[in-house]
Amino acid sequence: MTTQAPVVDMTNISISFPGVKALDRVNFRMFPGEVHSLMGENGAGKSTMIKALTGVYPIDSGSILLDGKPLVITGPAQAQEAGISTVYQEVHLLTNLSVAENIMLGREPRRGAAIDWKAMRAHSAEILDGLNLDIDPGSQLGMHSLAVQQLVAIARAIDVQAKVLILDEPTSSLDVDEVSELFRVIRSLKEAGVAILFVSHFLEQVYEISDRLTVLRNGQLVGEYLTDEILRIELVHKMIGKDIAVLSDLDRKARAPISDESEETPFVQAIGLGRKGSIAPVDLSVYEGEVVGLAGLLGSGRTELARLLSGADRPDRGELTIGGRPRRLRTPRMALKSRIAYSSENRRSEGIIEDLTVRDNIVLALQADRGWFRRIPRKRQDELAASYIQALNIRPPNPDAIVKNLSGGNQQKVLLARWLAVAPRLLILDEPTRGIDVGAKAEIQKLVADLAENGMSVVFISAELEEVLRLSHRIVVMRDREKVADIPNDDVTVGQVMTLIASGAES
Amino acid sequence: MNPTVSRVMKHRLFWPIVTLLALLVLNVAVYPSFFSIRLQDGHLFGSLVDILRNGAPTLLVALGMTLVIATRGIDLSVGAVVAISGALACSIIAGSADPNSPTTVLVAVGISITLALILGAWNGFLVSVIGVQPIIATLILMTAGRGLAMLITEGQIVTINSAPYKVIGGGYWLALPASIIIALGMFAVAAVLTRKTALGLLIESVGINPQASRIAGVRSRSIIWMVYIFSGLCAGIAGLMISSNVTAADANNAGLWIEMDAILAVVIGGTSLAGGRYSLGGTLIGAAIIQTLTTTVYTVGIAPEITLVFKALVVIVVCLLQSPALQTRLGSLRRKPTRRPVTTSTGGVLS
Repeated sequence: MTTQAPVVDMTNISISFPGVKALDRVNFRMFPGEVHSLMGENGAGKSTMIKALTGVYPIDSGSILLDGKPLVITGPAQAQEAGISTVYQEVHLLTNLSVAENIMLGREPRRGAAIDWKAMRAHSAEILDGLNLDIDPGSQLGMHSLAVQQLVAIARAIDVQAKVLILDEPTSSLDVDEVSELFRVIRSLKEAGVAILFVSHFLEQVYEISDRLTVLRNGQLVGEYLTDEILRIELVHKMIGKDIAVLSDLDRKARAPISDESEETPFVQAIGLGRKGSIAPVDLSVYEGEVVGLAGLLGSGRTELARLLSGADRPDRGELTIGGRPRRLRTPRMALKSRIAYSSENRRSEGIIEDLTVRDNIVLALQADRGWFRRIPRKRQDELAASYIQALNIRPPNPDAIVKNLSGGNQQKVLLARWLAVAPRLLILDEPTRGIDVGAKAEIQKLVADLAENGMSVVFISAELEEVLRLSHRIVVMRDREKVADIPNDDVTVGQVMTLIASGAES
Repeated sequence: MNPTVSRVMKHRLFWPIVTLLALLVLNVAVYPSFFSIRLQDGHLFGSLVDILRNGAPTLLVALGMTLVIATRGIDLSVGAVVAISGALACSIIAGSADPNSPTTVLVAVGISITLALILGAWNGFLVSVIGVQPIIATLILMTAGRGLAMLITEGQIVTINSAPYKVIGGGYWLALPASIIIALGMFAVAAVLTRKTALGLLIESVGINPQASRIAGVRSRSIIWMVYIFSGLCAGIAGLMISSNVTAADANNAGLWIEMDAILAVVIGGTSLAGGRYSLGGTLIGAAIIQTLTTTVYTVGIAPEITLVFKALVVIVVCLLQSPALQTRLGSLRRKPTRRPVTTSTGGVLS
């Protein structure tokens, strides 16, 4: 490995918030030309660490050296000037502007008082070329996929001559091809000597791209390891700090097949359900207590199907029967009346209500169902909030906490609590474990298995095939907006599903 | 700093209340008997009572505006609705055989309020069903409404002589001006309606994130419709008050710029124009500040030509004091910046 001096050397960093020690004497270093993954559960201190390095939070004690010199920064702008750039999980770019404008925003080349558009495009083209990206700098950013937007965000970050590039969950909304494109870019930056801090919940990706790992737990340093020298199981163990028996226990439980499902009426049955320009007609049945896994790439139609089943989008063909009776779901409200709840993959834009409290978020769907006039009594609200906070292990366990201040995993749990509060008979979960940590993920998976055991039907969508296979009784594979397979999950392997996703041939 | 003091200072109504007190102190300094209230013929008189009475229409309109703004909307048509409802009530009373009969007045009031509700429903229809942007949708009635009022009064200023009607804006009840009681009554109705039912939660939810609210099954359409109707109702009552106070309906000038005062009151009271969490208590303070400001202009003797500039200055100062950026700066002068990963809501109902 490298014998160079570290470009970033953080020692004994402590940061505390009222009542919480967010970081407790933590060391962290980064070397030029290395990808360093920061690992840990939600609330382990990863974000705090990043925010300490980028000047968002002042540190209580400890020192940060950049190139051997003490780093004195009071804000993100200065961090960027010092050569530390960050690309956040949610892309913070302006989709209504062109790619070039986004790359150069705030640093536009000028000719006199006017912006030199030509130079701007030329310079942007150069940067994109340097990353081997075939993107027209003049095109509007919003027309591109999330993945491309992410790459543009990186292009923007490295344009400021970054010595250190921080990628916070860059892959959480990308599919396989897009991830490999991103990794290609990361590798070329690595060769150029940039130190890269990588945060991801996908262990696979962490192992593929990083050279070094630092594990945090509860604000404390667990250790720094070379990726080659630590086994996955060890790593997970260090991150969680508890036995991962929960997961293996789950394996045994969920795989038990539904008995004789063909005998009864399915709870939900779609016949030729489709929507023009969105998804081709699909047949799908979901039985009581059954977990149906929807597998497929991003844009394969898995989310589109979920939206048709839940009234989020209106189908324009086909039929839907719920409990044996034909129904037309024109709004999510109607779906909820039929006891179908939909947890969107877009947690922030279609899930939680950020400025409201945990309690308000949990009771929202139930309250909406009762109508505005019949308010759920405050006492009942408190009981509901308290019981779900406990059952789902929501942190902090404070019903008055504003949801936007919670970590991603806890926001997801609050959202789940909201749907569970309406006691749905079919729960459609679109990427419920995306961007959340291993511990919370295991908890949510276990919850899904338990719910199904108690008779709730679940449609489970995830980009992680292992997860889909672990939880589902039946796997439905989508490709190019069509259903290509519908198979019972007995001894199906990830490889088989991959083949289906890729080729669509029946196995 | 003392924790209690710092908690009080962090309260979102701290600066608005300080401003209000400062304005009152300024008035007393110039005009020492400012606070004096006397009882005459069983009625309370004094500058403070005047402020409350004159501020009642603004408070009413601002109440409706608060809920509209909480849903990410805005209602520019309130001034026009004020003019219409006053014009209609006065025209009916003036055209009746017996302007002094309570029945006539009740009928006039009933019809005017009904029309105000219909106008509010029209706005709500445009916004929630047709999907017109609130600023455009209400701009339509803002301009067309004055014309409608002119039509009702046939371009004249309708003066009336009706004792029962005079009560609404100029009368007294339990020693207090009736307009104050009506405005505070509506305030109480709004508070109970939104906080004792789930309306407040649903309004905030729609205002913060309409998409997510839809997925959660919130009927945002009817919620939005309701707030515009309520805003129309408030403006209608304010129109009756204003015309009753001057015993005349002036289609051109009644409620002129009241939408601006109302929006200012809402913003000063700490409700964001971006929608979401709102504070009726804040609006109450905001409306009081606006009215006190107007009174101050007279007591302090500011020249009429710079009145608006003076008003604007005070509003700018209040908004600045409330801005998070400035508060952080002021805070960092005193102590280390506080970081709060978990803030709790300022849960009070009318806080």
